[in-house]
Amino acid sequence: MAEVLEARRHQVLEKGRDDYILECGKASTAGSVSQRACVFCGSRVVLYPIADALHLIHGPIGCAAYTWDIRGSLSSGPELHRMSFSTDLRENDVIYGGEKKLYRALTELITGYKPKAAFVYCTCIIGLIGDDVEAICSRVSREQRIQVIPVHSEGFKGTKKDGYKAACEAAFKLTGKDSGSPVSPFSINILGEFNLAGETWIIKDYYRRMGIEVTSCLTGDGRVDEIGKAHRAKLNVVQCSGSMTNLAKMMQAQYGIPFIRVSYFGIEDMTQALYDVADFFEDADITARTQKLVKDEVSALLPRLAEYRKDLEGKKAAVYVGGSFKAFSMVKALRHLGMETVVVGSQTGSAEDYEYLKEITNRGTIICDDTNPLELSGFVLEKAADLLIGGVKERPIAYKMGIGFCDHNHERKEALAGYEGMFNFAKEIHASVTSPVWKYSPARIKAQAAQRRKSQ
Amino acid sequence: MLLRHTPKEIIERSALTINPAKTCQPIGAMYAALGVHRCLPHSHGSQGCCAYHRSALTRHYADPIMASTSSFTEGASVFGGQANLLESINNVFALYDPEIIAVNTTCLSEVIGDDITQILNKAAAENKIPHGKSVMYASTPSFKGSHVTGYENMLSAIVQNFAKSSGKRHNKITILPSFVEPSDMSEIKYIAEELGAAYIMYPDTSDVVNGPLDGKFRMYPKGGTPKALIEESGDSEYAIALGQTGTLSAAKLLDSKFKVKTKIIDLPIGISATDAFVDTLRKIAGVSVPEQLVRERGQLVDVLCDKNQYIYGKKVSLSGDPDILIGLTQFCKDAGMKILHVLSGTPSGGKFVKRIKEIAGGDVIVKEGAQADLFYFHQLIKNDKPDLILGNTYCKYIARDMDIPLIRTGFPIYDRVGHSYFPITGYRGGLHLLIKMLDAFMDRQDRDAPEEQFELVM
Repeated sequence: MAEVLEARRHQVLEKGRDDYILECGKASTAGSVSQRACVFCGSRVVLYPIADALHLIHGPIGCAAYTWDIRGSLSSGPELHRMSFSTDLRENDVIYGGEKKLYRALTELITGYKPKAAFVYCTCIIGLIGDDVEAICSRVSREQRIQVIPVHSEGFKGTKKDGYKAACEAAFKLTGKDSGSPVSPFSINILGEFNLAGETWIIKDYYRRMGIEVTSCLTGDGRVDEIGKAHRAKLNVVQCSGSMTNLAKMMQAQYGIPFIRVSYFGIEDMTQALYDVADFFEDADITARTQKLVKDEVSALLPRLAEYRKDLEGKKAAVYVGGSFKAFSMVKALRHLGMETVVVGSQTGSAEDYEYLKEITNRGTIICDDTNPLELSGFVLEKAADLLIGGVKERPIAYKMGIGFCDHNHERKEALAGYEGMFNFAKEIHASVTSPVWKYSPARIKAQAAQRRKSQ
Repeated sequence: MLLRHTPKEIIERSALTINPAKTCQPIGAMYAALGVHRCLPHSHGSQGCCAYHRSALTRHYADPIMASTSSFTEGASVFGGQANLLESINNVFALYDPEIIAVNTTCLSEVIGDDITQILNKAAAENKIPHGKSVMYASTPSFKGSHVTGYENMLSAIVQNFAKSSGKRHNKITILPSFVEPSDMSEIKYIAEELGAAYIMYPDTSDVVNGPLDGKFRMYPKGGTPKALIEESGDSEYAIALGQTGTLSAAKLLDSKFKVKTKIIDLPIGISATDAFVDTLRKIAGVSVPEQLVRERGQLVDVLCDKNQYIYGKKVSLSGDPDILIGLTQFCKDAGMKILHVLSGTPSGGKFVKRIKEIAGGDVIVKEGAQADLFYFHQLIKNDKPDLILGNTYCKYIARDMDIPLIRTGFPIYDRVGHSYFPITGYRGGLHLLIKMLDAFMDRQDRDAPEEQFELVM
């Protein structure tokens, strides 16, 4: 296998050859070219889509600059979330503290924009310079009569997963506010769906057709007031393995709302999600409507997919994504297109997740946690993948090696969830893998020549 | 529409940056370090910093950007980052085998107070640095300056660590470019080569971040200035630094430490600044200007003259980094345009303001440093609408809101390609930029002309 740092040896395994349990949840080995981000990043991506809230980043300018409108999070209404607000701390603030600046910034912003709530993200140095962010937030909260919520997302305090947790704690504070407005007996909250490219709207439409009310979505196309009544929905439906399970657990403990985990990617997982929700309500009408929906969608989708499958059959894919739940779905969805997953990894998977990946993949598949470009390119080469599925930092690596790429991360511009999303996924993969440009790629030319020699 | 949040009335803000026109130091340091051959930038801080910088540079250049991180944890923030950095040095040399590790600090490691010099000495004492390899660092606190400052600090650290004096001068002119595209670095080298001037240039990110697709992923692409050449720069008789904000401290260091006669001039953007660069090189190298450069200059002037009517008197607002802004402002002025606003988030002081006013005339509004953000830029534009905006990708919101054409210049450009291949420096770059401006104005004219005035040639 391609070279792996000694300290990371147990974060990579090949199915059928290695029998240890994959190590994970570790901080990246110091010195590795990690593809992972930090606590702040985790918090920011989870809360960001709440469109009518103010998002103020407390720290030096970088953290605000790098996260300004870089990730899709479509809103059907307000777009305050897409502005970049920062206290832009300078040397003097680092010496004398940033509290006054924070207070003034919050006051100016809340007076000017009248948001429904405000989040203050603490970045690395806030704890170190001793700012009492809690105190400032509660003071402004009192004065302005809106919730001002500190998010404890200092970058070094752990991994992106810890950032999700901090975000869940912050989001939880918005719940339980509205006990008056009507909520349907057949109601759910969607958790862990962020409307990167309009997916929330696709999913909401399915639930609507099933006769189920979506009380709130956390946080795709999110609104503060909707989250305020989320505690009265009957079920939490959690997508995305890492990010919002914590919130679901908190809401279960506090409000007694049960939750289920789902994935909206790929035909099986999408269908399973809808049936799981329908089963929960034990209502004949809902079940009937769900069956009809699935039948209509799947029978419309399959012939469209077959067109793409013709060309994709037998191709190999490498998958490196943020959450492991997504990785599960990818493996299954790729299989639907006739493709085999030969490398699969995630930034934040748990030991059980990787065991499950072992179950659903073929012998010889490389499974890895928190990989780096050198490793990843080694795995891709070794397993002769035709496609890499990943995020922004992986894209040019795939292209340099002369293989196809699909962004299944936050820079995707096509909705990839739901049945429609499965079609878009197939279309995008097909376009990349079968692109005529590869006939000019030296790697492909070599591979094809080898293939010809073999067949002669 | 995203920017309906910008009111026309300008109110003083005291504690707040909205829609920044700058970013933090480490990313500039990382970019400068990539311009040294087989150098791996290393971010001494939380792993998010490194991920953000790599993502931002990857988006901008659409090429793999390699950098390692100390991956700070809670422990490191309490007990200091020494253990992380030592372990990093070990791991990086073992697995990635760079020639040089270029460490940049972050706000976190600066506030903790890590003494990098002491840590690197310890690494050397413990034989963690293989023979012939180097580890160097630049202090790049995110709460001071901007990405341009980070670039300057890393460049100056490169001089500090590698330039040497053998006591014998040579005739190679050391060229230090400010934070520009790899295409611009190529163009600057091209001009020196056309002139037949011997030179050493660093950093040089061409063939590092704009490499070809050749079927291989390389940790270290073929470009970047080799360490051996940088070492020689201490023996240069002359050095030319292009763009004061990005190169000042490095230029000063070459001067003070090695007595290299150093000239700081503007980035060669537009006719007059390119003339100045060519002239400076010519005089120092004792060569004459070749036919090819004269021809390129003539072509640029020819197009400027042919299409003067389309560009003369047009109003323009610019935002970006100081060194590039000085060049662009001069170029717009040379083209007969009226410069309304020039804004840079990089704190660049009174000198910059004075310089822009000298070039553009007293009416221009110049804003730099605190509160010089794109929110303010938008407000300025709402109050006095230009015909063209020159700025980075984030200006697209303003361009759309105000229905003004935008030509993407500077950093970052996330949503267009071309900037890493086609320069804006030199005469050829000037022609390229001029054509972009003319296209913008003429496309607009074709789109907006009333039916009865719409003609084949407008």
